[in-house]
Amino acid sequence: MAELKLTDIRKSFGSLEVLHGIDLEIRGGEFVVFVGPSGCGKSTLLRLIAGLEDISGGTLEFDGQVVNHKSPAERGIAMVFQSYALYPHMTVYDNMAFGMKLGGGGKAEIEKRVRQAAEILQITPYLDRLPKQLSGGQRQRVAIGRAIVRDPRVFLFDEPLSNLDAALRVQTRIEIARLKERMADTTMIYVTHDQVEAMTLADRIVVLRAGYVEQVGTPMELYHTPANLFVAQFIGSPSMNIVAARATRDGEALVVEPEGGRRMYLPGAGKVVGDGPIQFGVRPEDLTISGEGQPVFEGLVTLVERLGESQLVYVERPGSDEPLVAKLPGHLEVERGARIELSANPDVVRLFDADGKAVAL
Amino acid sequence: MTDWLTPEEWQAVALSLRVSLVATLFSLPLGIFVAYALARWRFPGHGLLNGLVHLPLVLPPVVTGYLLLLTFGRTGWIGGFLDGWFGLVFAFRWTGAALAAAIMAFPLMVRAIRLTIEAVDPKLEAAASTLGASRPWVFATITLPLILPGILAGSVLAFAKAMGEFGATITFVSSIPGQTQTMPSAIYALLQVPGGEAAVGRLVVIAVVIAMGALLLSEWIGRMVARRVGGA
Ligand SMILES: Nc1ncnc2c1ncn2[C@@H]1O[C@H](COP(=O)(O)OP(=O)(O)O)[C@@H](O)[C@H]1O
Ligand SMILES: [Mg+2]
Repeated sequence: MAELKLTDIRKSFGSLEVLHGIDLEIRGGEFVVFVGPSGCGKSTLLRLIAGLEDISGGTLEFDGQVVNHKSPAERGIAMVFQSYALYPHMTVYDNMAFGMKLGGGGKAEIEKRVRQAAEILQITPYLDRLPKQLSGGQRQRVAIGRAIVRDPRVFLFDEPLSNLDAALRVQTRIEIARLKERMADTTMIYVTHDQVEAMTLADRIVVLRAGYVEQVGTPMELYHTPANLFVAQFIGSPSMNIVAARATRDGEALVVEPEGGRRMYLPGAGKVVGDGPIQFGVRPEDLTISGEGQPVFEGLVTLVERLGESQLVYVERPGSDEPLVAKLPGHLEVERGARIELSANPDVVRLFDADGKAVAL
Repeated sequence: MTDWLTPEEWQAVALSLRVSLVATLFSLPLGIFVAYALARWRFPGHGLLNGLVHLPLVLPPVVTGYLLLLTFGRTGWIGGFLDGWFGLVFAFRWTGAALAAAIMAFPLMVRAIRLTIEAVDPKLEAAASTLGASRPWVFATITLPLILPGILAGSVLAFAKAMGEFGATITFVSSIPGQTQTMPSAIYALLQVPGGEAAVGRLVVIAVVIAMGALLLSEWIGRMVARRVGGA
């Protein structure tokens, strides 16, 4: 159980700064996910925490102790890599025992712990094999087992599922979720570019972009109240629809008129937003076919993706080349080429100012 | 068994074996270190070190031998120091032949080891250190076992190269029968006297056998590498 505190953490490679002052506190036993597009600095941040890269600026504390200059071995961590990084010259058993042999544990104790971890991960039948005789999914489980055996204070994962095929990815994700329950006292930091993994695993998510933290929060906080356009579009699949709009104050209410859409009346929002251009955001799952409500958008259906229980309907509006995406119940009859009217509940609509910052409604 | 070689010829063969073995064993630790540094570290002078290591490969051997004479000769600045402080003399001794052979074989050894180090995924070493292993321990338990085939292959190649070294050796330590006359020097000397053809023939056969054996051995080790590191 270790608490981590990052204060103004910076990292440069030569003259190129890739992390620009990260402030973050991670509670003991928390499962934190770093998520962001490829190249945003997730792995670098994780490697700084692991001690695999030198920290260029700022301080990193474990349980109140500065560890900037401690080697990875002294930090009490264990890390799982995307490429497994199993030792090819050692059996599965020896791979898993590696971390404990260093600690000088007794043979019996080592054996007990290795077998226990192997049971949890269902790799007992493979203990005598070499890594090259295992499938990708089995290898990744060995890598996770190797880290479990070490019983680290902080468990680090760098895209552990990215090399697996879709089915194995889901299965292994569930296994990691179980592991999180089982090792509830161990602080875990997990890096991924996949927002579904982030949403399903995290206690808290840290959204990174280009070396900056965009937002920190629980999965549902990020989903419901994204701090800015980037987070709004990154979290949730398919992405939130964003449409340029004009806002006009009408007493305490706000009248929002999206481009190519109809006016929408937001009671109370006039207190926080002034007149002017604004970005209007609505999630695909928050759009409904107008029957009762007032329609906001109308357009031509250009594509329908049927997923079974739901369908993704792409709607082209006059004067815009970005289609709107609506996630509608699967039983509705929607045909390509049809005209459609969509409405949205004012409560779920998000507004963003000219800089892309969310407006608190 | 000794019948088919004269004592002088035996001396030459035995000296060559000893010179090559000593040259290989003594340069091995430095060879591993230099190979590791070149493969894994970025530092000022990286290119210079790389060039220096490879220089004997492209320099005329006689030039290498002459430079050795200048530096490691009894009046040379290193040779004088070693002689004065440790009584260690290289010029015109078998130790000098070993030194010359080591330097000539060094690029081959470093190359072979460096290639296997570069084939080791740095993530393996990173994983070991995040699992609690100190740097020397990572090297001993992960890196070293994985590059062992490269070390063996490099040593075999270096040994074979040392067995055949001629130009730098004869320049640096001359060709004194029983003292510094290695197999190649002996072959050369025998070619200068009438009626030496039979002896030359015998030594040539030995040279070919040793060289061929070394090549086969390093090939075989190369295949071991592929089997051991491959696909994991
Ligand atoms: N060793 C390195 N040397 C130079 N640049 C690097 C190095 N490692 C990462 N970078 C750069 O740092 C940035 C962040 O990389 P990384 O942390 O791997 O991104 P992510 O894991 O989010 O995809 C990238 O622009 C990458 O090119
Ligand atoms: Mg990465």
